[in-house]
Amino acid sequence: MTSDTQREAVVAIPTDNGAPADNPVAAEHDDVDRTYEHDVNGVIRTSDMDVFYGDFRAVGNVSLSFAFNEITALIGPSGCGKSTVLRSLNRMNDLIPSARVDGEVFYHGEDIYDPEVDPVEIRRRIGMVFQKPNPFPKSIYDNVAWGVKINGFKGRKEAMDEVVEQALTEAALWDEVKDKLNDSGLSLSGGQQQRLCIARAIAIQPDVVLMDEPCSALDPIATLRIEELMIKLKQHYSIIIVTHNMQQAARVSDKTAFFNVELDATGQRTGYLVEYSPTDELFTRPRVQQTEDYITGRFG
Amino acid sequence: MSIEAPERPVQEHFPTPDEYAGLLSKRTRRAWVVQMFLLLMLTIAVLGLSILLFTIIDDSFGNVATVNQVEPEEGVVLAGLDPATTSFGDLGKDELVTALQAGINRNVGRRLEREQRFYEDRLVFEPQASWDELCASDDPAPGCTSSARDAGNVSLLVQEQVIEPDIIAVSGMVESLLNPAAFEEEVARDFAVNPEKYPDYTFDQVRFQWRAWFSWSFITSPASATPEIAGIRTAVLGSIWLVAVTVLFAVPVGVGAAVYLEEFAKPTRLNDLIQTNINNLAGVPSIIYGMLGLAVLVRALEPITSGSLFGTGAPNGRTVLAAGLTLGLLTLPVVIISSQEALRAVPGSLRQAGMGLGATKWQTVRSQVLPVAIPGILTGTILAVARAIGETAPLILVGAASFITQSPSGPFSQFTALPIQIFQWTSLPQPEWQHLAAAASLTLLLLLLILNGAAVILRNKYSRRIT
Amino acid sequence: MQPAGARSAGHTRERRELTRPMALKLGAVDNMKEQLKKRRRPGERVIIGSLFFAGAISIAVTVGILWELGKESLLFFTDEVVSVGQFFTSTVWQPQAENFGIWPLILGTMLITVIALFVAVPIGLASAIYLSEYASPRVRGFFKPLLEVLVGIPTVVFGFFAITFVTPILRDIFGTSVVGFFNVLSAGIVVGLLIVPLISSLAEDAMSAVPSSLRQAAYGLGASKLEVSLRVVVPAALSGIAAGIVIGMSRAVGETMVVTLAAGASPRNFNLGSDSVFGYILSPFEAAQTMTGYIAITASGDISYDTIDYNSIFAIGLTLFVITLGLNSLSRRIVKRFRQEYD
Ligand SMILES: Nc1ncnc2c1ncn2[C@@H]1O[C@H](COP(=O)(O)OP(=O)(O)OP(=O)(O)O)[C@@H](O)[C@H]1O
Ligand SMILES: [Mg+2]
Repeated sequence: MTSDTQREAVVAIPTDNGAPADNPVAAEHDDVDRTYEHDVNGVIRTSDMDVFYGDFRAVGNVSLSFAFNEITALIGPSGCGKSTVLRSLNRMNDLIPSARVDGEVFYHGEDIYDPEVDPVEIRRRIGMVFQKPNPFPKSIYDNVAWGVKINGFKGRKEAMDEVVEQALTEAALWDEVKDKLNDSGLSLSGGQQQRLCIARAIAIQPDVVLMDEPCSALDPIATLRIEELMIKLKQHYSIIIVTHNMQQAARVSDKTAFFNVELDATGQRTGYLVEYSPTDELFTRPRVQQTEDYITGRFG
Repeated sequence: MSIEAPERPVQEHFPTPDEYAGLLSKRTRRAWVVQMFLLLMLTIAVLGLSILLFTIIDDSFGNVATVNQVEPEEGVVLAGLDPATTSFGDLGKDELVTALQAGINRNVGRRLEREQRFYEDRLVFEPQASWDELCASDDPAPGCTSSARDAGNVSLLVQEQVIEPDIIAVSGMVESLLNPAAFEEEVARDFAVNPEKYPDYTFDQVRFQWRAWFSWSFITSPASATPEIAGIRTAVLGSIWLVAVTVLFAVPVGVGAAVYLEEFAKPTRLNDLIQTNINNLAGVPSIIYGMLGLAVLVRALEPITSGSLFGTGAPNGRTVLAAGLTLGLLTLPVVIISSQEALRAVPGSLRQAGMGLGATKWQTVRSQVLPVAIPGILTGTILAVARAIGETAPLILVGAASFITQSPSGPFSQFTALPIQIFQWTSLPQPEWQHLAAAASLTLLLLLLILNGAAVILRNKYSRRIT
Repeated sequence: MQPAGARSAGHTRERRELTRPMALKLGAVDNMKEQLKKRRRPGERVIIGSLFFAGAISIAVTVGILWELGKESLLFFTDEVVSVGQFFTSTVWQPQAENFGIWPLILGTMLITVIALFVAVPIGLASAIYLSEYASPRVRGFFKPLLEVLVGIPTVVFGFFAITFVTPILRDIFGTSVVGFFNVLSAGIVVGLLIVPLISSLAEDAMSAVPSSLRQAAYGLGASKLEVSLRVVVPAALSGIAAGIVIGMSRAVGETMVVTLAAGASPRNFNLGSDSVFGYILSPFEAAQTMTGYIAITASGDISYDTIDYNSIFAIGLTLFVITLGLNSLSRRIVKRFRQEYD
């Protein structure tokens, strides 16, 4: 564990470690029955997070706070650990035997890596959409219904039909598939498959949706549809998206985190957070030279 | 306008263009020869297979030279009918019983009746009084309780006891079809040269006829010490019972182990050990499994495998259960390894998708991973089971009975199996048995062909449903 | 009181009620710890436990094999009839006379294995080279399934084939006075045929694992197809091919039915000093019992437990087990080295 590269990220957005006792927003809205007291700290917050694959430290010292009902974009060169960070936010890294997370990741103030915490519950609340569309080799209907079913949905067939319809509608796919719900999910086009995966993810009513380059396999039209979809979805969900496409980050996200990768003293390529700012600022007035180089394409 | 190519320095030791052309044609020729050699070797392998299959089919059919104690026409006469209008094959049960009564002595008839009676409502050989007495005794004859013989059974008895056919020479299918006369001449010559081999017959009594050793009645007749009427029903049923036990044991355990190793096992020492161990077990000769079965299942666990713990069953542990489990242990590593391969072929993205939706590992495996892996698992399993059906050595060890006529009726029955029957018959010196062994081999190969076909069909059906 | 947003420089978050469109809603946030708490899933624990148990059965099988072979062998050697030394040095196996020297049985096994390899290695390798380097897809599609059929045929049927076809032919060729009815040549040839598909498919796998860049490099230097196959691909795949041959050898050593039927049941007892080496000891035309053959024949009679015969088959079995295990791990080691070459 060589954390000798103690770099300071420039963070224009506070990651408040203090107690959110006198949260003014919550106080103002006492009439709202579902208030989030940890509002200031964001829905997910990482604190000095390091992720290792075996002995290899893939990313180090990531402290970030992801806001409610916003889209946060993670950008950076290939291999800088964006997917790694994303996967550690809902414990998908558990599926990689060699992966290990040091530091803390808070979800509503609770450390999700606490041994007391159930990773299955975390993944139910923090859903994920993957880079390559990966529908189940089942019918479109079952693709959406399965996650709902295993999470203990007790409704009857009609209720399930409604859930499926709503999820597909929310994912802007309903009109295209409503006549062929029993067709295999694999029979759809790539863009449709990806929207099916989004429908599947939001059908289980998550809190946060993580998306790892959801548009990288899609054409511009399909990409546009998914971007519109994300903007629509952020009314209800907090979204964290990894993207290679800087226009996309600029178009859809509210905040952007820029990661970079550098050889450390031991010759390992460790990723780190460079800058975290509101998107319009990061793309217009970057505070760090590296960021500017990257977004202007002058990257070395 | 042309540009002079700059002159290259002449290189020593290299072939001139002409020489190179000659060299090339020589190389091409050599390549052709070698290629032909490779093809020849491949052809030899395929030829070996073809000859093997040919031998089996050739021996499963063919002309035989038979001498009957009583000609079938006389059998018809014994039944009280006219051989000019009725042939032996047309006789009904009653007429066959009449022929049997006329053809055998009373004591033999009583023995047969005690084994299995001829009619439900009347006796043929035994007086009613002694029958009642026999059935009331402590040790009643099997005939007291079993159902009556059917026409086919009586017909076999008449053939065995009255007609008593004796095959004195056999020939293969191809010779019989192409040159039947040669076989007859050969037998005639043998009669002339070695008369001492045939003290009881004259050549005139010999009948030449076509015989299909492999036939439906061969498959459905029980074992017999007389090759002319011996069949493989007992062995086929034994094999079916064995396969049932093998499948019931090896498939759930094997697939379960594969799922554990592929999906749940963390790379601990113990799990590595299990994996290495399974790979090693796959290479252990089958006869060693037989020894394990003999020492543990037949001997140490005799109360269980003989069924005595459950109050029923066999006198010892050499039962369907012990043998089926032995084959199950033998098949286990193969089932595990092929199921693991099938599971490994399922893309990881499916697992991530499942778990990303808040499913537990088991939920994901059961409803997303296993259904995709099933065709592969099924194919591998059927092939493993097909291998188990043909296994002989372990069955010898766990004591498949070499000669029983009683069909197995459950896991605690004594049994024989198809490959054991082939082994027994092959090791007997008289040529008739070789032909029976050929016919039994043919049956076994057809059975395996059906299983393999089923594997292919199942795989295709499943893979179509998924995509 | 400064609102939280001040800290994020003009990015005051507008407070929004989180409305969920559907029925399933997240619980209130204040008891989050409780909500995220590990669930007990007893059903799944039982299932995973049974899956582990299924995997662990294989360990029980190995322990069972080692335990039984070891125990009965121990009884065999402590029986005062034979010592370990005699067992491994004597060249006479005569259970009736209480002579238990394993060499005649090992000799039988070795003879048959060597003959089998003489048959199977050229045929298997040549087939593999042809199929992987030369054959058009159509030719491959014809030959490959045929070789696979060969794998599926039960060994007892091969035994039948040896007795009814190969032995008579050999006796026709060399004369009945030279070739016995039971002889190791027939058994060896048929065992060879039996392991051809094994060797050829493993060799083919090894050759198809050779990166095609290597082939292209050789073609680029003006090599012909033959030169590429024999001088580039085969050497590159050599360890995979060797591993396949070792596996085939292990199969031949453990093969039972063919040798029991075709090679006879008389151990080839010999005396190195007085017996002719090529006329008798290594003669392919005489009968010889193998280790597997002895086990099968002895057990096929109604063998009684706790006799010296019963114990002796386990001592032989243990030897057989060790030999095949050694061959199998040898092949695995060869394969492992092969992998490293290309990774
Ligand atoms: N399963 C794994 N095992 C070992 N190392 C891994 C694994 N996954 C990723 N890595 C390593 O971690 C580092 C970061 O990888 P990651 O996939 O997070 O990058 P990324 O920023 O998402 O790149 P890209 O933009 O190409 O997707 C890389 O050096 C990669 O090699
Ligand atoms: Mg990535």
